[in-house]
Amino acid sequence: MSQFAINLIFVGASFALYIGIAIWARAGSTKEFYVAGGGVNPITNGMATAADWMSAASFISMAGLIAAGGYANSTFLMGWTGGYVLLAMLLAPYLRKFGKFTVPDFIGDRFYSRGARLTAVVCLIIMSVTYVIGQMTGAGVAFSRFLEVSSAAGIWIAAAIVFLYAVFGGMKGITYTQVAQYVVLIIAYTIPAVFISLQLTGNPIPMFGMFGTHVESGQPLLATLDEVVRDLGFRDYTADVENKLNMVLFTLSLMIGTAGLPHVIIRFFTVPKVADARWSAGWTLVFIALLYLTAPAVASMARLNLITTIFPDGPSAPALAYEDRPDWVKTWEQTGLIRWEDKNNDGRIQMYNDANAAFAPTAEARGWAGNELTVNNDILVLANPEIANLPGWVIGLIAAGGIAAALSTAAGLLLAISSAISHDLIKKIINPGISEKGEMLAARISMAGAILLATYLGLNPPGFAAQVVALAFGIAAASLFPALMMGIFSKRVNDKGAIAGMLAGLITTLLYIFTYLGWFFIPGTNMLANTADNWLFGISPLSFGAVGAMINFAVAYAVSLSTEEPPQEIQDLVESVRTPKGAGAALDH
Amino acid sequence: MIKQMLLRTGRRRRLITWSLVVWALVSYGFAMLLRPMLAGISIGGTDLGFWFAQQGSILVFMAIIFHYAWRLNKLDKEFGVEE
Repeated sequence: MSQFAINLIFVGASFALYIGIAIWARAGSTKEFYVAGGGVNPITNGMATAADWMSAASFISMAGLIAAGGYANSTFLMGWTGGYVLLAMLLAPYLRKFGKFTVPDFIGDRFYSRGARLTAVVCLIIMSVTYVIGQMTGAGVAFSRFLEVSSAAGIWIAAAIVFLYAVFGGMKGITYTQVAQYVVLIIAYTIPAVFISLQLTGNPIPMFGMFGTHVESGQPLLATLDEVVRDLGFRDYTADVENKLNMVLFTLSLMIGTAGLPHVIIRFFTVPKVADARWSAGWTLVFIALLYLTAPAVASMARLNLITTIFPDGPSAPALAYEDRPDWVKTWEQTGLIRWEDKNNDGRIQMYNDANAAFAPTAEARGWAGNELTVNNDILVLANPEIANLPGWVIGLIAAGGIAAALSTAAGLLLAISSAISHDLIKKIINPGISEKGEMLAARISMAGAILLATYLGLNPPGFAAQVVALAFGIAAASLFPALMMGIFSKRVNDKGAIAGMLAGLITTLLYIFTYLGWFFIPGTNMLANTADNWLFGISPLSFGAVGAMINFAVAYAVSLSTEEPPQEIQDLVESVRTPKGAGAALDH
Repeated sequence: MIKQMLLRTGRRRRLITWSLVVWALVSYGFAMLLRPMLAGISIGGTDLGFWFAQQGSILVFMAIIFHYAWRLNKLDKEFGVEE
């Protein structure tokens, strides 16, 4: 059977499963549509939240980033998991107790203000739309590579599938589909990693293999990797970083950004009790950790495998001849994600760090005239089974896994967008008299509209796909997270303070990002070059969300303290959110 | 009754504070700022700080959340405020 047929069977079977689940779990009421009826078991919810959270970026890109950056990019691992500690302790149970459907709902009611609700809706829509574009393009890449259709056709197929189960099933359909998607993606991620760990270290568990002994050299795997990359002019894989301030702020931005993402928070409204919301955050992290503990192992092993493929006899011996390149290099060359240019005309592939001046004499002595191989970080996970010569069904599985990761996140984001429009904008601001049926119809129409918009933007990406993550996390960290925290933990912060704080955090963060990356990411419109010398105190635009959050807190408190106290009933509400009793009643609002 | 509530609030605050101290210590401490101090302790071909950055902190995060959920749910039962 051809590889194409195997891929088709795996992807087709996973789609049939998702649609079957969607038909079984149709939503009948707004409560089922928005929060799955509030009756999801915490372990099931944890698994669905993990799939919701782990996007194409976690599945496809993260290991590649760590492989390229080594220790310095551990920030992604800590940032994207540490946020759950904040979510579990400071947000999830309290928001669950409050018993509303959406994040703007909480902000609007707690700060008794339409302006605050509207600000939250705007923040939510900007970040969710930018985030969903990345998912659609990610699904498009996976489709075009594995199903041999054009990327545009791939995006249309992905949109049709999401439309089917998200529009009809709502949160209920999405939750149960995400459980299936989690199972598909975790199996797809783990199996190749286990094989590779066995090949390199003899240990079947990648997270232990990574710190184990490299069978071939007889010394620890990481020590071997450090030696090999040093011999090619790269920084040591485990080398420390100089700018710790930026590393700390970047990690903090990712952490509080994670805790402020509305499509993740919304998941904790779906469990029956406050106690379950606490357990559910723990289970979510367990299911995320299964992938996140394997990712650094995949990263280090794939980097070593790639280098030993190109330099089979070590960096000082002649490199691999282009004619002898393995099949996976040939297939990925067709996508343009691997490129080779024979700069010294010796017909061999040299890959090294030609930006390192101290290494230049060594390179010259070896007869090298510049780095000849460009490998896109994103192919690392997808090509992993091929690099390790694994059977065809593993490759089919990876295809289904990558698509599952992209679709599950896209569905969660689309639900967050549609509930913000139909519930917060239409029902709470424009037309409060709307019937439940009317509200559900509005939710479905706005979701269909959001899918069309995302598909259009996926087909015509505005050229800032790579910066989208910075924008989405920056906004979540600087605007929503502080507003939620102050809403729960302060009785003194009032409507004016919250709005001023959110706007101050949002605007300073956007200004800082646009200063270095261009106004609305239009290339060439940046006012300063995006280099470490120009950054304020060495803080990169990616790390600024944490500073924006501090500005938000400071402004909100200053404005609140100089204006009147919130009304007594709001202060009582804040008090009541702190004890679990009575959460069941609050749900039926 | 009010005294009971204050006692519960105090114990909940202490639990959250200590959890956050551990959370910050393993990630911002051991994995980043204190890494040079831990350089002497080697593990699997590298140092302890690298292990905390890529695996240890994630394991500790999980332990913190489960410990917090277990203790606080127990506290709610003790004071009769669980659902």
